[in-house]
Amino acid sequence: MSWPPIAIALAAIGLMFAVRRMRDPWPKWLLPLAVGVVFVCLWQIGAESKSYWVHQDDGSARLVWSSPTPGQTALDMLQPLSDGTILRHSVASLLRIAAGFGLACAIGIPLGLWAGWSLRTFQAINPLVQALRPISPIAWIAFAILWFGVKDGSAIFLIFLSSVFPIVTGTITAVRAIPLIYVRSARNFGLRGLELFRRVVFPAALPQIVTSLRIALGIAWVVIVAAEMIAVDSGLGFLITDSRNAGNYARVAGAMICIGLIGIGLDWTVRRLETLDEVRWGFPKIQA
Amino acid sequence: MDTASATALPAPKVRIAEVGMVFQRKRDELHVLDRISLDVRAGELVCILGVSGCGKSTLLNIVGGFEVPTSGSVQIDGKPVTGPDPRRVFVFQEYGIFPWANVWNNVALGLRDKPKDEQARITRHYVDLVGLTGFEETFPNELSGGMRQRVALARALAVSPDVVFMDEPLGALDSLTRLQMRAEILRLWQRERMTILFVTHDVDETIQLADRIVVMSPRPARITEIVNVPMAHPRDIGSAEYGRIKNRLYELLGVSHAI
Repeated sequence: MSWPPIAIALAAIGLMFAVRRMRDPWPKWLLPLAVGVVFVCLWQIGAESKSYWVHQDDGSARLVWSSPTPGQTALDMLQPLSDGTILRHSVASLLRIAAGFGLACAIGIPLGLWAGWSLRTFQAINPLVQALRPISPIAWIAFAILWFGVKDGSAIFLIFLSSVFPIVTGTITAVRAIPLIYVRSARNFGLRGLELFRRVVFPAALPQIVTSLRIALGIAWVVIVAAEMIAVDSGLGFLITDSRNAGNYARVAGAMICIGLIGIGLDWTVRRLETLDEVRWGFPKIQA
Repeated sequence: MDTASATALPAPKVRIAEVGMVFQRKRDELHVLDRISLDVRAGELVCILGVSGCGKSTLLNIVGGFEVPTSGSVQIDGKPVTGPDPRRVFVFQEYGIFPWANVWNNVALGLRDKPKDEQARITRHYVDLVGLTGFEETFPNELSGGMRQRVALARALAVSPDVVFMDEPLGALDSLTRLQMRAEILRLWQRERMTILFVTHDVDETIQLADRIVVMSPRPARITEIVNVPMAHPRDIGSAEYGRIKNRLYELLGVSHAI
């Protein structure tokens, strides 16, 4: 084991404690950066601990890295990043997410609005929804292949399954939580039927619906890897399986990092929705 | 023509006849209202005064058509009330304005069936009337409590209701804003001359606003007494008449106001 990663990690931890004593406000990125540095150092230390020397026939010794280090991962990613391989796989994954998640929204939100509003519909469908919900999308893989083949359809189906239940459940909860006073006001001013839904029920439930979309998109992105491992020949999930089969663990780690970064991007995009005038009222300002 | 009909008392705008309300609970029943009868004339401002939890809001919800009484009936303009109606508008303590819509769209809520230019004209008029000019694009969360209540008032008045139900509309405001809003409500009432049923537990509020004060007993609520306020607006809160009525109200509520 080498000493530099340990020293750097200790320095970063020391910085975190030092920052508490500073009187001037420190830059916002300083602490997250320090935590990131510690993480990378731990990765390095871990990878080194898994390396070993092999004595060769000619008497010389060779160091074998069974796990990639951060440096090896970065080096390995240079080529697929520059030749567009990563971009191509990312776009493939995102398109599948768009299709599966879009379908889940198109079905989940109206169904949730309906079941949240009508007690009878709720009582009718809720037991089924709650029974299907805990079944992992992974469990559906067999049927996905049976029904949709080893094609995009299978992956989209799995992503749809992973996100539709949080959306339905979240939307139902959102509608049921609408304060009575809004519905009474609306009725008082003669709103009924579809207009009541469009002008009051939907906007009143929207902040909580946005929150459920955020959760659902997070789950969908988690499932993309599993969905692409079995069913297709492109996408970041495929890249992981493919690199593993080729024994290129640095590429596996690189693809994992890409999934993490794109996940941050997706979450950030949905969070932008929370700042729209129509839903901002539903999100109490939390101190940054 | 017929002198008899010309001199007869006009039919009451709101007639509450023997209204009783019993809520079914898990183990027992909760008697809330006990045979309440009350007539309100058109253009009258009647306050309903009672301690918290006495059932005065329930009564207002029944008259407004949100709840169905266990017994008795409510008639407005001689017709039984079967549900909420845009001609009779509710103003709630928690405002009930929509946080997802700006001031302008909130006020315009009840004008959907009118032509666009008329919608704009009426909305403009009531936004100005309650002093919210310049806040048309503002969302309720960015307004103070008093301004939100003004939005609720403007929204209610915009549909030219002939009855306005107010359920402790000023309860959530600080005492100074409450005074201002009382004056505002009086000004609007004197202008538009609609019938107002105003529920509150604030004794001074009733004397400052009402033509008549309906004092209710604790649950199950009955009408203890109806107190007339024969004072012209603006009312002098330091006058002997004011003090006399105030004493009488505290007496009827069973509270001593000398502490």
